[in-house]
Amino acid sequence: MGKNQQQQKICYVNTGPGQKPGVSKFFKKDFLFKFILFFSGFLVFLLVLSIFVSLILNSVPSLKEFGLKFFVSKTWDPVFEQFGALPFITGTLLTSFLAILITIPFSLAISIYLAEFTKHGFYPGFLKNSIDLLAGVPSVVYGFFGIFVIVPVIRYLQIKLHIEPYGVGIFTASIILSIMIIPFSSSLGREIIEMVPAEIKEAAYSLGSTRFEVIKYVILPYARSGITAGILLALGRAIGETMAVTMVIGNSNMMPESIFSPSNTMASVIANEFTEAVTSIHLSSLIEIGVVLFLVTTMISITGKIIIKKFAVHQ
Amino acid sequence: MENEVLKISNFSAGFGQSAILRNINFSVFQNRVTAIMGPSGCGKTTMIRCINRMHELSPAAYYSGEILLHGQNIFSMDPIIVRRRIGMVFQRPNPFPTMSIYDNVISGFILNGIKLKKEQKDQIVVNSLRKVGLWEEVKDGIYRRGTFLSGGQQQRLCIARALAMDPDVILLDEPTSSLDPKSTLMIEQLLEELKQTTTIVIVTHNTAQAARIADYVAFLYLGELIEFGPAKKIFTAPENKKTEEYLTGKFS
Amino acid sequence: MENIRKRILKDRLFTLIVIVLSFTACIPLLAILGFIIKNGISSINLDFFIHLPKPVGEHGGGISNAIIGTFIVVGIAFVIATPLSLLAGIYLAENKKNFFSDVLRVGIDILASIPSIVIGIIAYLWVVKPMKSFSALSGGIALAIIMLPVVIKSTEETLSMVPDSLREASLALGVPYFRTILKVIVPAGLSGIITGILIAISRIAGETAPLLFTAFGNPFMNLNVTKPVNTIPLVVFNYSTSPYEQWHKIAWAAALVLIAIVFVFNFLARIISKKWKTKF
Repeated sequence: MGKNQQQQKICYVNTGPGQKPGVSKFFKKDFLFKFILFFSGFLVFLLVLSIFVSLILNSVPSLKEFGLKFFVSKTWDPVFEQFGALPFITGTLLTSFLAILITIPFSLAISIYLAEFTKHGFYPGFLKNSIDLLAGVPSVVYGFFGIFVIVPVIRYLQIKLHIEPYGVGIFTASIILSIMIIPFSSSLGREIIEMVPAEIKEAAYSLGSTRFEVIKYVILPYARSGITAGILLALGRAIGETMAVTMVIGNSNMMPESIFSPSNTMASVIANEFTEAVTSIHLSSLIEIGVVLFLVTTMISITGKIIIKKFAVHQ
Repeated sequence: MENEVLKISNFSAGFGQSAILRNINFSVFQNRVTAIMGPSGCGKTTMIRCINRMHELSPAAYYSGEILLHGQNIFSMDPIIVRRRIGMVFQRPNPFPTMSIYDNVISGFILNGIKLKKEQKDQIVVNSLRKVGLWEEVKDGIYRRGTFLSGGQQQRLCIARALAMDPDVILLDEPTSSLDPKSTLMIEQLLEELKQTTTIVIVTHNTAQAARIADYVAFLYLGELIEFGPAKKIFTAPENKKTEEYLTGKFS
Repeated sequence: MENIRKRILKDRLFTLIVIVLSFTACIPLLAILGFIIKNGISSINLDFFIHLPKPVGEHGGGISNAIIGTFIVVGIAFVIATPLSLLAGIYLAENKKNFFSDVLRVGIDILASIPSIVIGIIAYLWVVKPMKSFSALSGGIALAIIMLPVVIKSTEETLSMVPDSLREASLALGVPYFRTILKVIVPAGLSGIITGILIAISRIAGETAPLLFTAFGNPFMNLNVTKPVNTIPLVVFNYSTSPYEQWHKIAWAAALVLIAIVFVFNFLARIISKKWKTKF
């Protein structure tokens, strides 16, 4: 039986040698439309690629000048044109990790409450709406709030503890950051907990477990990989936060000595110095920091999403 | 003398490497209900989707052979024209949710940018809804969304939508399988009336339904046409053993 | 039986901890709103919206230039990003399982995770440097890049939920593909698409980092898109980090206006999503 097959949409019919089925008079328009759709997607793809290439190309001068020393050198001196990013990498790591540490109990509590406790009634609605509103507050407003409300409190604390009362610093920034990532991490956590299959929860309940026991011994262990991925993604968010951190971290380019030191993160040093950078090597170094931010956030995002996909499919 | 509306000859179809239909031959006659029956997986949905050239919209789809509509090979025609001359009603009612009942009925014209005068539109809407027995039920709410109707009413609306285009043939793919028994009966009665003015091809896995309304039956099994003939003959004295086994419920 | 009492006690304690922790997390929101309203409301009057900022030391003045500026950069971003992201979103919803779609989706995720300050760097490199000047245009382009992944994702999600049967119904009526998409599928998903756009707008209206070295800010009113322009978030940033008490007052009021805008858009988005949702 002779069958002519094609791998595309138009199919061949044995009506005669080399004859094709009649095509619609809209064939051209449909084709053009489909091409426009594809092309739009292609443009977006090109955009992402170009961003990456642009960043790398513009950081070449500083890459050539400092090489790998860039990441371990503590000196950031625009005057003598010596640029090392270690203070900012440290600042970023300290603020982000501290922020995650602070946020975990709160975000977890919210995720657990919204996923496992009563869904109706005043409090769940209040909680959900508050978190949604919190998510909508712009970063600069958080920073503003930080300057005028949190910083004085920290300063007071520091006086009591006989430390330098900067008020600003890594600790302050971490507090603001931890508040900012609550909506993101709690909604992610809630999605993950909701992915835990109902059957195993019901099995545990039917054995007479209390809700606490079901959560502690069944849900959390099951959701462990998902929750880890959630923490990872929240970390990625925290690393990229700029405005709020810039406004309360104290803008110091020295290696931070303690969590109360003023400092700078990779994002905040760019925000602070970009418009003041006169030499091309200064600018290129800042852009190289931008490349690091891009690569770190990209890798975290991809890794986190892969883990979550694996977790979701796992059931 | 039966007037042949569709003639399917040496027809095969499938996707990529897998053949769904092999060497199908039968005819569809005017003002008659032709039922395509068979167990699940026999290719009846594919068959019906080939008749209005919907099959080719799936990736890697192919066909070979001929389907003649009033003597013209549908594969040499513009598929858009084919689909306007051959209407289709689907298993689950699918009225357009953003349109009113009125607009749903004439959606074939609206979506194709065919401009009609208000009187023409009104006439088509009233006629089509009358034909499917919906007019009395919806005439007061004709500008409401179609999704407020019950399942049976929605399906009748879909039939009205197909009828509004004045097609040569209407294809129905298991149109009552998602409906309750009362609506099913209503639609079967509707098809009995409609066949006086239209030609109907219906896919069904319900042998009782076919027995009730079909004039002709094409029995497919594993992609091949096992038997085709007048319904009376197929149901009382089938020639092929497989047909008999299917009809007596030995397999479904 | 002592054991059971202990377990029940633990459970009650746990519930208490969860509620306390979750409530505590809401306190910052109340605090932020409270402080901003309290400190900002006194400066809100008609003058605030109509007048330009006054130099330091003089009383009064407003943020009219920033309000207009925000409209301008958001408007530019909207015009650039919306068509492109709608088309890309439609492409992804219509081509769910091919290789390019998967690659594109990864690319969009990457785009969404890029910190906004880095997007500002890109807009600087691509627009400010060649133009040799800061401009509203470069700010709008930066915001457009931020808007893209948000609208693409929400468009794709919305249109994926439109059932296939609608497409089939339309094609079976002899409607060509492009009309089926434009007149049936997209209208069916309109509420979700509009919601996505509104949420994206409320997000970019509050963005500051990418504008620091693109739109840059401007003490005067400027309607020329090739020149620097002020925006409300920039006012909050610049004035709050300044040493002038007078400017702090303006910053509070500006923050209040900003939050009001963001909340209004979010609220609108929620209403549209509920009321206009197409039922299938």
